[in-house]
Amino acid sequence: MTPTRKKRLLLVLMVALGVSIAVAIFLTAFKENIMFFKSPTEVVAQDYPTNRSFRLGGMVKAGSMHRVPDTLKVQFVVTDYADDVKVEFEGILPDLFREGQGVVTIGQMTDNGLFIAEEVLAKHDENYMPPEAADALEKGQLKMSDNYNNKDSE
Amino acid sequence: MNRIVKFYHEMGSPPSFYRITSHWLKPMLWLAIVLTVYGLIDGLLMAPTDYQQGDSYRIIFVHVPAAWMSMFIYGIIGISGIITFVWRMKVAEAVMMASVPIGALFTAVTLLTGMLWGKPMWGTYWDWDARMTSELILLFLYIGVAGIYSAYEEDPRKAARLAALVAIIGLVNLPVIRYSVYWWTSIHQGSSVSLMGGANGIQHWDMLRPLLVMALATKFYYIYSMLARAQTYLLKTERKKQWVLEAIDQQTNHNNPAGAK
Repeated sequence: MTPTRKKRLLLVLMVALGVSIAVAIFLTAFKENIMFFKSPTEVVAQDYPTNRSFRLGGMVKAGSMHRVPDTLKVQFVVTDYADDVKVEFEGILPDLFREGQGVVTIGQMTDNGLFIAEEVLAKHDENYMPPEAADALEKGQLKMSDNYNNKDSE
Repeated sequence: MNRIVKFYHEMGSPPSFYRITSHWLKPMLWLAIVLTVYGLIDGLLMAPTDYQQGDSYRIIFVHVPAAWMSMFIYGIIGISGIITFVWRMKVAEAVMMASVPIGALFTAVTLLTGMLWGKPMWGTYWDWDARMTSELILLFLYIGVAGIYSAYEEDPRKAARLAALVAIIGLVNLPVIRYSVYWWTSIHQGSSVSLMGGANGIQHWDMLRPLLVMALATKFYYIYSMLARAQTYLLKTERKKQWVLEAIDQQTNHNNPAGAK
């Protein structure tokens, strides 16, 4: 390699290294802002902005969804399996909204610990499978939990 | 070994690059067409439906291969950018600049198909989560590389070196896109396909196969399109050279065997 090429290669490597470090510092500094949503644990720990909307994300707790009588409101619990936050929403839920599925809600926290959502987004996971495979998986899991329960009761 | 070294040197010189790759265009195009047709029929009509999304998930057979290509092509641009900048190889310049519009197109397809899927599935066309934002930045990087190049019209070789520098700086975005869904919370899901296999993602072969076929098809399309554009680039930038005149002469004779002009 000629000296000029060596110099140029060194320059390119330095530029790449410098840019990478700068971007890494930038992304670390703004980690909080790049995070798309807050988890229920953070919200329960009071770690959320007051007087403005933020996103709360997690799983819809199984069996937690119910309609508020005589209104169009729905209530459900968002959980990260450590802490729970109760959410109220009025409007049309996305197709993928399901108990046990991921969800991102946008809204504000009220003083009595109820999260009033203006918007609800469903979060899909990376698992794709045909319905038969999902059925088989579910059956397998049920069987497993049955065994577990039986063992428990014995 | 000798043949590989010889081939490597031939690919570095514009006339032999032009001569060798002109034989590759047709087979690459045919492979791309056949695989795309097969992949789309297999993916859109034959593959089983998803247990949650029904038929809507089928956009994955366009979205994911396009997203892979948007990053793969940028990687090629970055590598040929480094070669352009350090070794000043004309063929590397041609490969780099020829790849830019193709990569930008794949990025746009990725963003658009993602938005079309996002509305019914998530409930929104767009949100500023890390994956979407970094992919949008990738589109701007492509536009930036092309813009820098065309802003410096008087000296294409210098323009290519400047564009290469922008491309190299933009390389840092690739790992950010790749790991955005793991470093931060996001609404975009993680990878459904991984080299290591694993227990998650797409396991069913009837769903995986069309995806992999489409990934191959887009690669062949890229090779075809990139080579065709790189050849044009070389003809344009080397138009005063003897080999260009000869190549054009040969082509006109080929189309006009009688020699009538």
